[in-house]
Amino acid sequence: MAAVQVKKLRKTFGKVEAVKDISFEVDDGEFAVMLGPSGCGKTTTLRCIAGLERPDRGDILFDGERVNDLTPAQRNIAFVFQFYALYPHLTVRDNVAFPLRAEGLSKEEIKRRVDEVLELLEIEDVAAEKPRSLTADQRQRTALGRAIVRRPRVFLLDEPLSNLDAKLRERMRGELKRLQRDLGITTIYVTHDQIEAMSMADKIIVMNEGLIQQIGTPREVYHSPANLFVANFIGSPGMNFIRCRYVREEGKLIGDGKAFTIPVSREIREYLNGLSYTGVILGIRPENIELCPKTEGDRSLEVVVDLLEPMGSSNIINLMVGDQMIKAISTPDFKPEKGERLSISLREVCLFDPQTGQAFASVEGEKLWQR
Amino acid sequence: MAEVRLERISKRFGRVQAVKELSIKVESGKFTVLLGPTGAGKTTTLRITAGLERPDEGAVNLNGRRITDLPPRERDMAIVFQNLALYPRYTVFDNIASPLKVKGMNRDEIERRVKRVADILHISHLLDRKPAQLSGGEKQRVALGRAMIREPNLFLLDEPISALDAKLREEMRTELKRLQSDFGATFFYATPDQAEAMSMADTIAVINEGRIIQIGTPEQIYNRPANTFVADFVGSPGMNLLPCEVKSGDSGAYLDVGPSAFILPLPPERAKSNGYPGNGELTFGVRPEDILIDAVPGEESIRGRVYVVETLGGYNIVEVDVGGKLITVKAESSFEPLIGQEIWIRFRSEKIHLFDGNGGIIF
Repeated sequence: MAAVQVKKLRKTFGKVEAVKDISFEVDDGEFAVMLGPSGCGKTTTLRCIAGLERPDRGDILFDGERVNDLTPAQRNIAFVFQFYALYPHLTVRDNVAFPLRAEGLSKEEIKRRVDEVLELLEIEDVAAEKPRSLTADQRQRTALGRAIVRRPRVFLLDEPLSNLDAKLRERMRGELKRLQRDLGITTIYVTHDQIEAMSMADKIIVMNEGLIQQIGTPREVYHSPANLFVANFIGSPGMNFIRCRYVREEGKLIGDGKAFTIPVSREIREYLNGLSYTGVILGIRPENIELCPKTEGDRSLEVVVDLLEPMGSSNIINLMVGDQMIKAISTPDFKPEKGERLSISLREVCLFDPQTGQAFASVEGEKLWQR
Repeated sequence: MAEVRLERISKRFGRVQAVKELSIKVESGKFTVLLGPTGAGKTTTLRITAGLERPDEGAVNLNGRRITDLPPRERDMAIVFQNLALYPRYTVFDNIASPLKVKGMNRDEIERRVKRVADILHISHLLDRKPAQLSGGEKQRVALGRAMIREPNLFLLDEPISALDAKLREEMRTELKRLQSDFGATFFYATPDQAEAMSMADTIAVINEGRIIQIGTPEQIYNRPANTFVADFVGSPGMNLLPCEVKSGDSGAYLDVGPSAFILPLPPERAKSNGYPGNGELTFGVRPEDILIDAVPGEESIRGRVYVVETLGGYNIVEVDVGGKLITVKAESSFEPLIGQEIWIRFRSEKIHLFDGNGGIIF
């Protein structure tokens, strides 16, 4: 078990700056997820922590000790790409025991530790089977068992669930989270899937273009995104953005194409008056949009229904605010027609600076409007 | 415009029965999704429709005409695969134009058509680029453009967005649906992803082990799944399914899920006097969003312990251990219990399901 620190890490491949200058810490026993789109630098960072890549600059520390010059084996990490790579000719027991044999432990010790892992993962019953005759779920557990049997200090996982079908991926999320918690192994997990990050992480490190965008708990990155990138990347669908302009003299926010006018409350006016720019982006999560029949505008915006996406337990409704498209989540029985006019009220609104993309305020929808 | 009917199609590859007596109608101008796990027979079905495979038995009909023996190029269908085969050395323009060039169409007409398709797909600014300079989503649009340019009868799409990042996949869902509905194109689309099927389809055909299990609208498939396979496969997370027995007591019939778990009184209209077929091997089903969590025990509440909590932002998924059985509950995002905490759950009685010994739905 170990705390991990990454300090001012930089790594280039030829002319490509994969990781620009990043620093973060993962506490002992913590489940940290590095989240970002393809090419954001998350895998490179993980490979540097594992010792599979040499950083151009910066340090990797395990429990305060610099490990830059240690080989992957000396670092005592377990690195898992995809869980599936089992030895087809070996039984479940032998697959799990494999890393211990390489370490030259005694037979009794190996048996004891393998038994422990098989029991923990509930695969004792299939210990004598070969991978071919296992269910996908059992194969995944076997691979997981092989990774944890060595009791690594740090568990590094690179998109381990990406080759599984959607259903199994969903089941493995809860299992992995529970297992990590029971074992208490410091875990760093890389994924492009925000649902995996949200559902499993103690701490999410959001990356884009080689830089960290935000570090926080799932709740923090979801409710208080640092910038437009995080706001849109997290959530399914992501946060909606509505561009508008602040007219100081009138104390009003005016939507692009004059789609709406919001007379702004004094509290927010004071805020906006202090800004050096006039553009503002309103950010609203799809579930914070309340749909109602068209009313003459008290604290609501007028929208036109564009497209309905039924999801079973809810509907995603695509709406046009002027010429800007937003998505709202409704109950499954609410099924408006394309072209129908509705009003929306907003429960929680984030305000962003369109130039830097940074969030500068977050308010209850009620408090945006002048009373 | 085209209506395709597959009639009792069967196909074997060696000893593997890929598709078995499969019948389906792909309606003109509609979005039909073939949904099922890997190896269910989805790709084989699309390939048979395209004419790339010959069925061992059964017929393929296009607009009422039998085309089982017609070669692929005479069927006028466009196929888009998961693994995009764009020509790496061609520009986007030339990639999209390639099917027309093969036909020997004149330059002006080709240019006009490519521009129109590029407009629709929002890739007009990319026409001079090579595939290597495009993102995954852009490549996907180019591949679609190349399919659209021929103005085919039918689009066959085999997991076209499976290889994309989660976020992009979500955005492409909306785009594909909009594209299909705006142009009234006929889509026959295969995917293992139930969210894609639910959000885009007019009709979903659920397939497993080479057979069609259920055909219906997304709503029908979700609210009244034909069997336990569909109930589990559709939904995220899927339906909770627990083995149970129906018993009768002093105050009427009830469901028994196990001595340490719970019993549940059946509403009188659900309780059949002659019992249920296959009793003893019945399955109780309830969707995660149809379970309520109570802070204090009430009359109908069932005691459990929190096994794990997944915070998803808009809501939380709570797995609850009820007498050794795990039940998945969709809860408010503000509900963040501790692992091991004792909680009480309750089912929306009008939303519970019962399946027979073969997994078929009873109610």
